[in-house]
Amino acid sequence: MKSMLDWLDSRTGYRGLLSETLYERIPGGARWRYVWGSTLTFALGVQFLTGLILWAAYSANAQGAWESVYYIQYEMWGGWLLRGIHHYMAQVTVVLLLLHLMQVVIDGAYRAPREVNFWFGLGLLGLVLALSLTGYLLPWDQKGYWATKVATSIAAITPVVGPQVQKLMIGGPEYGHLTLTRFFALHAGIIPAAIVLLIVGHIYLFRRHGITVKDPDHAPETTFWPDQIFRDAVAMLAVMATVLILIFAMGGAHLGAPASPTEPYAAARPEWYFMFLFQWLKYFPAGWEVVGAMIIPGMIVTVVALMPILGNWKLGHRFNLGLMASLIMGVGLLTFLAYAQDGSDEDFLMAKEQAEQEAHRVQELASAPTGIPPTGALEMLRNDPLTQGPKLFSSNCASCHTYNGHDGLGQPPAEDPSAADLHGFGSREWVAGLFDPERVNTPEYFGATDFRNGEMVRFVQRGIPNAWTDEQRAELEYVMDWLSAEANLSRQQDMEQAEAARIERGRDAVMSGVVNCTDCHVINGIGESEGPVLTGWASREWMLAMLHNPAHPTLYGEDNDRMPAFGADEILTERDMGMIVDWIREDWYRATESQDQ
Amino acid sequence: MSDENRKPDGAPRRNFLAAMGAVIAGGLAGVAPVLAGVATLLDPLRRTRDDQSMVMVTKLPVLPADGVPKKFTVSADRVDGWTTYQNTPVGAVYLRRTEENELSCLSVVCPHAGCFVNLAPSGDFFTCPCHRSRFALDGSIADPASPSPRAMDELECEIRDDGEVWVRYQSFQAGQEHKVPIV
Repeated sequence: MKSMLDWLDSRTGYRGLLSETLYERIPGGARWRYVWGSTLTFALGVQFLTGLILWAAYSANAQGAWESVYYIQYEMWGGWLLRGIHHYMAQVTVVLLLLHLMQVVIDGAYRAPREVNFWFGLGLLGLVLALSLTGYLLPWDQKGYWATKVATSIAAITPVVGPQVQKLMIGGPEYGHLTLTRFFALHAGIIPAAIVLLIVGHIYLFRRHGITVKDPDHAPETTFWPDQIFRDAVAMLAVMATVLILIFAMGGAHLGAPASPTEPYAAARPEWYFMFLFQWLKYFPAGWEVVGAMIIPGMIVTVVALMPILGNWKLGHRFNLGLMASLIMGVGLLTFLAYAQDGSDEDFLMAKEQAEQEAHRVQELASAPTGIPPTGALEMLRNDPLTQGPKLFSSNCASCHTYNGHDGLGQPPAEDPSAADLHGFGSREWVAGLFDPERVNTPEYFGATDFRNGEMVRFVQRGIPNAWTDEQRAELEYVMDWLSAEANLSRQQDMEQAEAARIERGRDAVMSGVVNCTDCHVINGIGESEGPVLTGWASREWMLAMLHNPAHPTLYGEDNDRMPAFGADEILTERDMGMIVDWIREDWYRATESQDQ
Repeated sequence: MSDENRKPDGAPRRNFLAAMGAVIAGGLAGVAPVLAGVATLLDPLRRTRDDQSMVMVTKLPVLPADGVPKKFTVSADRVDGWTTYQNTPVGAVYLRRTEENELSCLSVVCPHAGCFVNLAPSGDFFTCPCHRSRFALDGSIADPASPSPRAMDELECEIRDDGEVWVRYQSFQAGQEHKVPIV
């Protein structure tokens, strides 16, 4: 063994290198305050390791990026932990970098001969920020997509070459496959390579100049190994513990709904350490963005880069300290303002809440037995009645109808409703209200329509209580069960199977003319067509026919009260009408159901 | 660099404790990322083939009556990582009538190294374009110089009512003397 190592040493000189590395002298003894550089090296090392493994599962294309990140997060062994570490270590790295930089400035460790190393450090800071900017887009979720759009749009305001810079960044005129391949190449290849080069240079220069010792008499001189490394290792452990706590406290790295250029995303915000820039840009009116986004930050960065030169004078060092303190306070204030404004912004909070719901819903759909279709997760969300129904209802139906008293999206209706509330339409509860003399004439049913004085209201309010015999009234509950069964609601299926006899009795009462339904309605080809046909009333087909053209002779005919012919007049597509109907019928995928099956 | 860097000659016991502490703390700091990384890398080991139930490939009348094999695409549902495909092409088979109403089904995948075995233009033998294995129409090795360790892989197939041809599409480990299904 010994001779083999001797051979290796004679060929490589590794022992010299090793003792050079390990036995660096530390005048004044090992100290906790020297750990920041090592924790940064550790943090970046963890990012390299976790990043490489994430790379082995990630797919950089517009129909695979979100999907592969979903797969990592929810399907792969330990994927949530791996991604969680990568996500939160990125944030911790930024904090460590700032602490490291602050310490260097406070200690004046940038002074000659260490100016170049200070610049290397600033370069590393910039590269790490570039890593987080590029990494934010890669999951291709709404949050990353819209936040990165802001960043690349800012790049486009660069004087003269802006549009070209933007095109090069995003790989063409629009966001798409090439945006992801280019951002991924930057994130996983070019920037890390540059970071490695700078770190090697940074550590080389650090070793060349030695540690900046403030107080050489603090303790007897010692060496890097083992005294300082012990402290460094404990600090690394603390960094990792912080990351793990963040993962558990935040429920892992977030994955929003897949990026969609057609869905608004009012909750778009950059990562928290860019929030100050986000806030800062609010203060620049149109035409002045270039000042806020480039000229002023550029000037600040230039002055910071000049700190080592300025620091050679005593006054200069004080200026640097003052500059740093004011930058920290400014950034802190802007960050605070950004969050304070968001926190009191109802629209933002609602958008955030809706984004959360969509993120949750898309995960539910992706884990369904039908899985993610080849067209991608976005298409899956676009075909989900639970996601699309409320939006379509709100923008197409809510000017007249309500849904459980709101506009479909939980907001109070803009105008007083002028048509029925469609929550639970066709269900037994809904039918019970229709035949309730107290309720039939309220805005929930016919109260706000032309039919408020119509035959049906009169029938329910006076006909049934006054003109019906007891024998007829005894049939009413069965008739109502039959009517609701015509809707063929999937959620009433079990109950209706169990109560088939009641429904049959109701059908008999209706078809034999014991009750008066067929006086005004056609049912299975029998009856007068004064009111809408009741065969399959409130079924999917019936509702689609209603949406298609409510003035059709078999429905409301000439009596139709203001409802547009959404299908016949091509206001809505078949798909959109299907979404609205399925949503009202509550026919959407439910995670618990499939687990029961 | 300075030549003065050398091993400290301080108290060995204290140094030993610091060294132990450094190794333990550093090791612990690396546990979570290494474990998460290894688990994710090993994830494919727990993935198995999709459902290998039989799928309909064609109808009997489509098959030549003279016993010449014909290639058919096999379509099935397939989960590819994060994407679920429905009824998508997953592979191909050679079907051949052995009698009026009997069939044989061979996988197109060469048991030697996994290349796609061709049917010779004459229609009376199979040949692998990669390493020149030659197989008879029943799949057996036709040329003793063939590098293939076994005959072409026969797949379970049956004729169901109405002359539907159903096949259990499977893959097998290449390069082995016996057929071992990949699961």
